[in-house]
Amino acid sequence: MDQPQPRQLEFESILEDYPVRLINFEGPLDLLLHLIKKHELNIYDIPISLITQQYLEYLDLMQEMNLDVAGEFLVMAATLIHIKSRELLPRPDPTQEDPEEDPREALVRRLLEHQRFKAAAELLHEKEIQRSAMWHRPDGRVAEVVGEAPEPEVEVDLFSLMAAFRQVLDRMKARPRVILPPEQIPIETRIEQLFERLSETEACGFEELFADVQTRAGMIVTFLALLEMIRLKRIRVFQQGAFGPIRVYKRARLEGAPTFETT
Amino acid sequence: MSELKSIVEALIFASPEPVTVKTLAKLLDTEPKEDIVAAVEALKADYERQGGLTLVEVAGGYQIVTRPELNEWVRRMFHERTTQKLSVASLETLAVIAYKQPVTAPEIAEIRGVNTSGVLGTLVERRLVKVVGRKQVVGRPFLYGTTRDFLDRFGLNDISDLPKVEDMSELLGFDLPAAVAEPTPQTALPFDSAKDEGEAIH
Repeated sequence: MDQPQPRQLEFESILEDYPVRLINFEGPLDLLLHLIKKHELNIYDIPISLITQQYLEYLDLMQEMNLDVAGEFLVMAATLIHIKSRELLPRPDPTQEDPEEDPREALVRRLLEHQRFKAAAELLHEKEIQRSAMWHRPDGRVAEVVGEAPEPEVEVDLFSLMAAFRQVLDRMKARPRVILPPEQIPIETRIEQLFERLSETEACGFEELFADVQTRAGMIVTFLALLEMIRLKRIRVFQQGAFGPIRVYKRARLEGAPTFETT
Repeated sequence: MSELKSIVEALIFASPEPVTVKTLAKLLDTEPKEDIVAAVEALKADYERQGGLTLVEVAGGYQIVTRPELNEWVRRMFHERTTQKLSVASLETLAVIAYKQPVTAPEIAEIRGVNTSGVLGTLVERRLVKVVGRKQVVGRPFLYGTTRDFLDRFGLNDISDLPKVEDMSELLGFDLPAAVAEPTPQTALPFDSAKDEGEAIH
């Protein structure tokens, strides 16, 4: 039977899209492996000056595109330059034991190991697809009797979100008042702040997002920022059951998602 | 004997998750365990026939499921899967944990080349990995391992069932040294068994 397997295709296309979608280089090892593959290099004998140059060009490109270049990328750049400089220097007496591992060998070892686990991830994904083709009885009525299985999370509707916001506002009234100069954060800035907050943990409770604002205006801005982020498909909001806690999840950036426009 | 087989079939069918022999033995406390095992084996043989259902061994238990070839048809009955897709980052982190367990967060980060605490939190939240102990080194970091939910989701019977990575060389475009391809065998961890026993009955 040759039905399409959309889940698998999607996974593969993510991997293949690496060259165009910079943001998908999750870390420096991913970027290095991509460069090695692209230039059909031998992983055991990497021409270090070519790869260093290519790597640094990529970093420049990422910076130009205003992507946050994570610290790990810079550490790797330093490692590459270190290896390159070592190779320019005359070798120390090879008969003498070098207590430190050759940084080049260490890098190759890390690349191989990283590649191995990328491969394992794909194998696992295939297993997952095979497994998901086998259906079993859904929990339904039984789950109630046994008293197990947490309630599935459902995507929150606007009214529950408003209700939760109201609670946040009510709770603010109960807090001791601190007189501060009025804060006027533009929604764009607030979105950035919230996004930074979410990047730390991928997900967090709805109310945690209001923890750092003191004023009603600040809370309203935060709430509007959340609504805007939902519209931009940057976050998803789920609720456990009808009156359960609301959680906010960061979404991977979607292609074709509307971009932020100031109004 | 054939009555026992029918009972076992009914229990496996009615259960929303894989049923272990241990659970069957608990539910059928008057029957000797060997008889139960024999009944399960006989049942397995029955399900070799080409029907719409099949009996699989998953997460250390037995489960009656629809045949994978019939996926297209069964799928039509449901609007959407209740399980959420895993991101590539989650899958890769999960792979590191599955093959290296028990493993600490810094060890995972070293292999993946990036900080993974966010992804790790999500995996714990989704009950695919759990803390299985602490490493006896400075700072006593948490050790992570996979859960029964993980085995269930990926259709594995136990950790030794993980796919072997040697077969992947072709896909990678270069050879893997044999030394890196063996999964670490899972050692039984102290609080593992206690927890599983508690879970096994539902």
